[in-house]
Amino acid sequence: MSQPNKMRSTKHKFSRSALFWSALIAAIAIPLLFTAMSPLLAWRSPVYIAACFAGVFSLGLLLLQPLLIGGYMPDLPKHLARRAHPCVGALLLIAVVVHVGGLWITSPPDVIDALTFTSPTPFSNWGVVAMWALFATTFLAIFRRRLQLRARNWSIAHSLLALVIVIGTVVHAILIEGMMETFSKLILCALVFTATMKLIFGLRVWSDWRTSSKR
Amino acid sequence: MSTDQINRRRFITATGAMIATGASGLLLPAHASNLAPTPTMRGGSNNYRPGAPIVERIGGGGFWMSGTVRRTGDGAPLAGQRIQIWAHTTEGYESEPQSHGATLTDENGKFRLEMPQIVPAFGQPHGHLAYDSGEYKTVFLRPVMPSSKDTNLEAHFVLEPA
Repeated sequence: MSQPNKMRSTKHKFSRSALFWSALIAAIAIPLLFTAMSPLLAWRSPVYIAACFAGVFSLGLLLLQPLLIGGYMPDLPKHLARRAHPCVGALLLIAVVVHVGGLWITSPPDVIDALTFTSPTPFSNWGVVAMWALFATTFLAIFRRRLQLRARNWSIAHSLLALVIVIGTVVHAILIEGMMETFSKLILCALVFTATMKLIFGLRVWSDWRTSSKR
Repeated sequence: MSTDQINRRRFITATGAMIATGASGLLLPAHASNLAPTPTMRGGSNNYRPGAPIVERIGGGGFWMSGTVRRTGDGAPLAGQRIQIWAHTTEGYESEPQSHGATLTDENGKFRLEMPQIVPAFGQPHGHLAYDSGEYKTVFLRPVMPSSKDTNLEAHFVLEPA
Protein backbone atom coordinates (compact mmCIF):
# COMPACT_ATOMS: atom_id res chain seq x y z
CA MET A 1 0.00 0.00 0.00
CA SER A 2 2.77 2.39 0.87
CA GLN A 3 4.65 2.12 -2.41
CA PRO A 4 1.98 3.41 -4.82
CA ASN A 5 1.25 6.19 -2.35
CA LYS A 6 4.88 7.22 -2.33
CA MET A 7 4.97 7.08 -6.11
CA ARG A 8 1.94 9.25 -6.36
CA SER A 9 3.39 11.84 -4.03
CA THR A 10 6.69 12.13 -5.97
CA LYS A 11 4.74 12.36 -9.20
CA HIS A 12 2.58 15.06 -7.64
CA LYS A 13 5.68 16.89 -6.42
CA PHE A 14 7.25 16.63 -9.84
CA SER A 15 4.24 18.07 -11.58
CA ARG A 16 4.03 20.95 -9.11
CA SER A 17 7.68 21.71 -9.67
CA ALA A 18 7.26 21.50 -13.44
CA LEU A 19 4.28 23.81 -13.21
CA PHE A 20 6.27 26.32 -11.16
CA TRP A 21 9.24 26.35 -13.51
CA SER A 22 7.18 26.58 -16.68
CA ALA A 23 5.10 29.40 -15.18
CA LEU A 24 8.28 31.23 -14.14
CA ILE A 25 9.88 30.87 -17.56
CA ALA A 26 6.65 31.98 -19.23
CA ALA A 27 6.26 34.99 -16.93
CA ILE A 28 9.72 36.23 -17.90
CA ALA A 29 9.98 35.01 -21.50
CA ILE A 30 6.54 36.00 -22.81
CA PRO A 31 7.00 39.75 -22.13
CA LEU A 32 10.39 39.56 -23.87
CA LEU A 33 8.81 37.73 -26.80
CA PHE A 34 6.01 40.29 -27.15
CA THR A 35 8.58 43.09 -26.92
CA ALA A 36 10.46 41.45 -29.77
CA MET A 37 7.27 41.65 -31.85
CA SER A 38 6.48 45.30 -31.02
CA PRO A 39 5.59 47.45 -34.04
CA LEU A 40 7.64 50.25 -32.47
CA LEU A 41 10.81 48.28 -33.30
CA ALA A 42 10.58 49.56 -36.87
CA TRP A 43 11.17 53.14 -35.78
CA ARG A 44 13.89 52.63 -33.20
CA SER A 45 17.65 52.30 -33.60
CA PRO A 46 19.59 49.27 -32.28
CA VAL A 47 20.84 51.29 -29.29
CA TYR A 48 17.31 52.40 -28.33
CA ILE A 49 16.03 48.84 -28.79
CA ALA A 50 18.84 47.45 -26.63
CA ALA A 51 17.94 49.98 -23.92
CA CYS A 52 14.29 48.89 -24.03
CA PHE A 53 15.14 45.20 -23.85
CA ALA A 54 17.48 45.86 -20.92
CA GLY A 55 14.49 47.42 -19.13
CA VAL A 56 12.19 44.46 -19.83
CA PHE A 57 14.97 42.06 -18.83
CA SER A 58 15.48 43.95 -15.54
CA LEU A 59 11.80 43.52 -14.69
CA GLY A 60 12.17 39.78 -15.30
CA LEU A 61 15.28 39.58 -13.11
CA LEU A 62 13.37 41.33 -10.34
CA LEU A 63 10.99 38.37 -10.22
CA LEU A 64 13.88 35.95 -9.66
CA GLN A 65 15.30 37.81 -6.68
CA PRO A 66 12.63 37.19 -4.01
CA LEU A 67 12.07 33.64 -5.29
CA LEU A 68 15.79 32.84 -4.97
CA ILE A 69 16.35 34.33 -1.55
CA GLY A 70 13.02 33.13 -0.16
CA GLY A 71 13.77 29.53 -1.15
CA TYR A 72 10.53 29.37 -3.12
CA MET A 73 12.07 27.52 -6.04
CA PRO A 74 11.26 23.81 -6.02
CA ASP A 75 14.13 21.43 -6.80
CA LEU A 76 16.73 24.16 -6.49
CA PRO A 77 18.94 23.60 -3.43
CA LYS A 78 18.60 26.55 -1.05
CA HIS A 79 22.34 27.19 -0.79
CA LEU A 80 22.58 27.45 -4.59
CA ALA A 81 19.59 29.76 -4.73
CA ARG A 82 21.09 32.02 -2.07
CA ARG A 83 24.36 32.13 -3.98
CA ALA A 84 22.54 32.95 -7.24
CA HIS A 85 20.76 35.95 -5.66
CA PRO A 86 23.78 38.34 -5.63
CA CYS A 87 24.77 37.16 -9.12
CA VAL A 88 21.29 38.02 -10.43
CA GLY A 89 21.63 41.30 -8.52
CA ALA A 90 24.84 42.08 -10.41
CA LEU A 91 23.11 41.22 -13.71
CA LEU A 92 20.28 43.54 -12.74
CA LEU A 93 22.74 46.34 -12.11
CA ILE A 94 24.34 45.81 -15.54
CA ALA A 95 20.91 45.71 -17.21
CA VAL A 96 19.86 48.98 -15.55
CA VAL A 97 23.12 50.68 -16.59
CA VAL A 98 22.57 49.49 -20.19
CA HIS A 99 18.93 50.70 -20.00
CA VAL A 100 19.82 54.22 -18.82
CA GLY A 101 22.98 54.41 -20.95
CA GLY A 102 21.12 53.40 -24.10
CA LEU A 103 18.40 55.96 -23.45
CA TRP A 104 21.09 58.58 -22.83
CA ILE A 105 22.66 57.88 -26.24
CA THR A 106 19.21 57.99 -27.87
CA SER A 107 18.07 61.31 -26.39
CA PRO A 108 20.38 62.99 -23.84
CA PRO A 109 18.00 65.84 -22.87
CA ASP A 110 15.19 63.41 -21.96
CA VAL A 111 17.52 61.40 -19.71
CA ILE A 112 18.95 64.56 -18.09
CA ASP A 113 15.35 65.63 -17.34
CA ALA A 114 14.66 62.23 -15.80
CA LEU A 115 17.83 62.18 -13.68
CA THR A 116 17.18 65.70 -12.39
CA PHE A 117 13.50 64.93 -11.66
CA THR A 118 12.34 67.59 -14.13
CA SER A 119 10.86 65.22 -16.70
CA PRO A 120 7.33 65.83 -18.00
CA THR A 121 6.67 62.09 -17.73
CA PRO A 122 5.81 60.91 -14.19
CA PHE A 123 7.14 57.40 -14.76
CA SER A 124 10.70 58.72 -15.08
CA ASN A 125 10.81 59.70 -11.41
CA TRP A 126 9.71 56.23 -10.31
CA GLY A 127 12.38 54.63 -12.46
CA VAL A 128 15.14 56.97 -11.28
CA VAL A 129 14.26 56.42 -7.60
CA ALA A 130 14.36 52.64 -8.19
CA MET A 131 17.73 53.05 -9.92
CA TRP A 132 19.25 54.93 -6.96
CA ALA A 133 17.84 52.35 -4.54
CA LEU A 134 19.53 49.64 -6.64
CA PHE A 135 22.83 51.56 -6.53
CA ALA A 136 22.48 51.95 -2.76
CA THR A 137 21.81 48.22 -2.40
CA THR A 138 24.91 47.44 -4.46
CA PHE A 139 26.98 49.78 -2.30
CA LEU A 140 25.70 48.19 0.92
CA ALA A 141 26.22 44.67 -0.44
CA ILE A 142 29.83 45.42 -1.41
CA PHE A 143 30.76 47.26 1.79
CA ARG A 144 28.58 45.25 4.14
CA ARG A 145 31.60 43.70 5.90
CA ARG A 146 33.68 46.87 5.96
CA LEU A 147 30.73 48.81 7.37
CA GLN A 148 30.38 46.02 9.95
CA LEU A 149 26.66 45.86 9.33
CA ARG A 150 24.91 43.48 11.69
CA ALA A 151 22.90 40.77 10.00
CA ARG A 152 19.64 42.22 11.24
CA ASN A 153 20.43 45.78 10.14
CA TRP A 154 21.60 44.55 6.75
CA SER A 155 18.38 42.59 6.37
CA ILE A 156 16.23 45.59 7.28
CA ALA A 157 18.16 47.98 5.02
CA HIS A 158 18.14 45.54 2.10
CA SER A 159 14.42 44.85 2.52
CA LEU A 160 13.51 48.54 2.55
CA LEU A 161 15.67 49.23 -0.50
CA ALA A 162 14.21 46.19 -2.27
CA LEU A 163 10.74 47.54 -1.57
CA VAL A 164 11.68 50.89 -3.16
CA ILE A 165 13.27 49.13 -6.15
CA VAL A 166 10.25 46.91 -6.76
CA ILE A 167 7.53 49.53 -6.27
CA GLY A 168 9.51 52.11 -8.26
CA THR A 169 10.14 49.69 -11.13
CA VAL A 170 6.59 48.33 -11.25
CA VAL A 171 4.98 51.80 -11.34
CA HIS A 172 7.62 52.95 -13.86
CA ALA A 173 6.82 50.00 -16.14
CA ILE A 174 3.04 50.26 -15.87
CA LEU A 175 2.93 53.99 -16.71
CA ILE A 176 5.08 53.65 -19.83
CA GLU A 177 3.59 53.31 -23.27
CA GLY A 178 6.41 51.51 -24.97
CA MET A 179 7.46 48.26 -26.53
CA MET A 180 6.02 45.95 -23.86
CA GLU A 181 2.64 44.35 -24.47
CA THR A 182 0.24 45.58 -21.78
CA PHE A 183 -1.26 42.32 -20.48
CA SER A 184 1.99 40.36 -20.13
CA LYS A 185 3.56 43.44 -18.56
CA LEU A 186 0.81 43.70 -15.93
CA ILE A 187 1.08 39.99 -15.09
CA LEU A 188 4.86 40.20 -14.66
CA CYS A 189 4.51 43.36 -12.54
CA ALA A 190 1.88 41.70 -10.33
CA LEU A 191 4.11 38.64 -9.84
CA VAL A 192 7.16 40.75 -8.99
CA PHE A 193 5.14 42.78 -6.50
CA THR A 194 3.46 39.74 -4.87
CA ALA A 195 6.66 37.70 -4.56
CA THR A 196 8.52 40.64 -3.00
CA MET A 197 5.73 41.42 -0.55
CA LYS A 198 5.38 37.78 0.48
CA LEU A 199 9.10 37.54 1.12
CA ILE A 200 9.62 40.86 2.90
CA PHE A 201 6.60 40.68 5.18
CA GLY A 202 7.40 37.08 6.05
CA LEU A 203 10.91 37.96 7.24
CA ARG A 204 11.87 37.16 10.81
CA VAL A 205 13.54 40.55 11.33
CA TRP A 206 10.17 42.29 11.60
CA SER A 207 8.89 40.06 14.40
CA ASP A 208 12.31 40.28 16.10
CA TRP A 209 12.16 44.03 15.71
CA ARG A 210 8.70 44.20 17.20
CA THR A 211 9.60 42.08 20.22
CA SER A 212 12.88 43.91 20.79
CA SER A 213 11.24 47.33 20.57
CA LYS A 214 8.56 46.24 23.02
CA ARG A 215 11.17 45.42 25.64
CA MET B 1 -52.83 67.81 -27.13
CA SER B 2 -51.45 70.90 -28.89
CA THR B 3 -50.82 72.69 -25.59
CA ASP B 4 -48.49 69.91 -24.59
CA GLN B 5 -46.51 70.43 -27.78
CA ILE B 6 -46.24 74.15 -27.23
CA ASN B 7 -45.10 73.56 -23.71
CA ARG B 8 -42.42 71.17 -24.84
CA ARG B 9 -41.28 73.57 -27.53
CA ARG B 10 -41.20 76.40 -25.05
CA PHE B 11 -39.28 74.24 -22.66
CA ILE B 12 -36.70 73.38 -25.32
CA THR B 13 -36.23 76.97 -26.44
CA ALA B 14 -35.99 78.17 -22.88
CA THR B 15 -33.43 75.51 -22.01
CA GLY B 16 -31.54 76.25 -25.21
CA ALA B 17 -31.45 79.93 -24.40
CA MET B 18 -30.30 79.19 -20.88
CA ILE B 19 -27.48 76.94 -22.10
CA ALA B 20 -26.45 79.50 -24.71
CA THR B 21 -26.28 82.36 -22.24
CA GLY B 22 -24.69 80.14 -19.62
CA ALA B 23 -22.04 78.87 -21.98
CA SER B 24 -21.20 82.31 -23.35
CA GLY B 25 -21.15 83.60 -19.79
CA LEU B 26 -18.51 80.98 -19.03
CA LEU B 27 -16.54 81.54 -22.21
CA LEU B 28 -16.58 85.32 -22.45
CA PRO B 29 -14.28 86.25 -19.57
CA ALA B 30 -11.51 84.14 -21.12
CA HIS B 31 -11.67 86.21 -24.31
CA ALA B 32 -12.42 89.49 -22.67
CA SER B 33 -9.49 91.06 -21.00
CA ASN B 34 -6.92 89.01 -19.17
CA LEU B 35 -5.78 86.01 -21.16
CA ALA B 36 -2.67 84.61 -19.47
CA PRO B 37 0.40 83.54 -21.48
CA THR B 38 0.93 79.84 -22.20
CA PRO B 39 3.79 78.60 -20.03
CA THR B 40 6.58 76.52 -21.54
CA MET B 41 5.98 72.84 -20.81
CA ARG B 42 8.50 70.58 -19.10
CA GLY B 43 10.77 68.92 -21.63
CA GLY B 44 9.27 71.11 -24.37
CA SER B 45 12.62 72.25 -25.73
CA ASN B 46 14.21 68.78 -25.81
CA ASN B 47 15.98 68.08 -29.11
CA TYR B 48 15.10 71.57 -30.41
CA ARG B 49 17.00 72.65 -33.51
CA PRO B 50 16.67 76.44 -33.88
CA GLY B 51 15.79 77.79 -37.29
CA ALA B 52 13.80 74.91 -38.78
CA PRO B 53 12.86 75.88 -42.36
CA ILE B 54 9.29 76.76 -43.33
CA VAL B 55 8.00 73.76 -45.27
CA GLU B 56 4.87 72.66 -47.16
CA ARG B 57 4.99 69.40 -45.25
CA ILE B 58 7.47 67.50 -43.06
CA GLY B 59 8.54 64.34 -44.88
CA GLY B 60 5.78 62.17 -46.36
CA GLY B 61 3.00 63.52 -44.16
CA GLY B 62 -0.13 61.66 -43.03
CA PHE B 63 -0.39 63.29 -39.61
CA TRP B 64 -1.68 66.80 -38.84
CA MET B 65 -0.33 69.14 -36.21
CA SER B 66 -2.54 72.17 -35.75
CA GLY B 67 -3.32 74.94 -33.32
CA THR B 68 -3.75 78.64 -32.73
CA VAL B 69 -1.57 81.57 -31.77
CA ARG B 70 -3.07 84.46 -29.83
CA ARG B 71 -1.71 87.26 -27.72
CA THR B 72 -2.11 87.79 -24.00
CA GLY B 73 -4.72 90.20 -22.69
CA ASP B 74 -7.42 90.47 -25.36
CA GLY B 75 -6.63 87.11 -26.97
CA ALA B 76 -6.46 88.59 -30.46
CA PRO B 77 -5.25 86.07 -33.08
CA LEU B 78 -1.70 86.65 -34.31
CA ALA B 79 -1.17 86.26 -38.06
CA GLY B 80 2.11 85.34 -39.74
CA GLN B 81 3.72 83.83 -36.65
CA ARG B 82 6.35 81.16 -37.24
CA ILE B 83 5.74 77.92 -35.31
CA GLN B 84 8.43 75.23 -35.33
CA ILE B 85 7.38 71.60 -35.02
CA TRP B 86 9.30 68.34 -34.43
CA ALA B 87 8.65 64.86 -33.07
CA HIS B 88 9.75 61.24 -33.11
CA THR B 89 7.90 59.97 -36.16
CA THR B 90 7.88 56.99 -38.48
CA GLU B 91 10.54 58.87 -40.47
CA GLY B 92 13.04 59.75 -37.78
CA TYR B 93 14.10 60.72 -34.29
CA GLU B 94 13.34 64.07 -32.68
CA SER B 95 16.99 65.02 -32.95
CA GLU B 96 17.23 64.40 -36.70
CA PRO B 97 16.91 67.40 -39.05
CA GLN B 98 14.30 65.72 -41.31
CA SER B 99 11.94 65.54 -38.31
CA HIS B 100 11.84 69.34 -38.04
CA GLY B 101 9.82 71.94 -39.92
CA ALA B 102 8.03 75.25 -39.46
CA THR B 103 4.85 76.92 -40.66
CA LEU B 104 3.15 80.33 -40.39
CA THR B 105 -0.20 81.21 -38.85
CA ASP B 106 -2.97 82.50 -41.14
CA GLU B 107 -5.00 85.69 -40.62
CA ASN B 108 -7.07 83.93 -37.93
CA GLY B 109 -3.95 82.95 -35.98
CA LYS B 110 -4.37 79.31 -37.01
CA PHE B 111 -1.61 76.98 -38.15
CA ARG B 112 -1.67 73.48 -39.60
CA LEU B 113 1.28 71.41 -40.78
CA GLU B 114 1.31 67.91 -42.20
CA MET B 115 4.05 65.63 -40.92
CA PRO B 116 4.79 61.90 -40.62
CA GLN B 117 2.88 59.83 -38.03
CA ILE B 118 4.09 60.47 -34.48
CA VAL B 119 5.07 57.24 -32.68
CA PRO B 120 5.53 56.78 -28.92
CA ALA B 121 9.03 57.68 -27.78
CA PHE B 122 10.37 57.80 -24.25
CA GLY B 123 7.14 56.35 -22.98
CA GLN B 124 4.60 58.74 -24.51
CA PRO B 125 3.36 59.61 -28.00
CA HIS B 126 4.09 63.33 -28.06
CA GLY B 127 5.07 66.26 -30.25
CA HIS B 128 7.12 69.40 -29.77
CA LEU B 129 6.30 72.96 -30.85
CA ALA B 130 8.19 76.19 -30.43
CA TYR B 131 7.52 79.86 -30.85
CA ASP B 132 11.00 81.37 -30.90
CA SER B 133 10.98 84.40 -33.18
CA GLY B 134 11.77 87.19 -30.73
CA GLU B 135 8.76 89.53 -31.01
CA TYR B 136 7.05 87.64 -28.21
CA LYS B 137 8.54 85.61 -25.39
CA THR B 138 9.75 82.14 -26.40
CA VAL B 139 7.38 79.26 -25.61
CA PHE B 140 8.05 75.50 -25.98
CA LEU B 141 5.14 73.07 -25.92
CA ARG B 142 5.12 69.29 -25.59
CA PRO B 143 1.54 68.04 -26.13
CA VAL B 144 0.81 64.33 -25.55
CA MET B 145 -1.54 62.40 -27.83
CA PRO B 146 -4.56 60.89 -26.01
CA SER B 147 -3.96 57.76 -28.09
CA SER B 148 -0.93 56.73 -30.12
CA LYS B 149 -3.36 55.77 -32.93
CA ASP B 150 -4.43 59.42 -33.36
CA THR B 151 -3.49 61.04 -36.64
CA ASN B 152 -3.65 64.62 -35.42
CA LEU B 153 -2.62 66.69 -32.45
CA GLU B 154 -3.36 70.24 -31.34
CA ALA B 155 -1.37 72.81 -29.41
CA HIS B 156 -2.32 76.38 -28.62
CA PHE B 157 -0.12 79.37 -27.88
CA VAL B 158 -0.96 82.55 -26.01
CA LEU B 159 2.09 84.77 -26.40
CA GLU B 160 3.31 87.58 -24.22
CA PRO B 161 5.24 90.52 -25.77
CA ALA B 162 8.98 90.16 -25.16
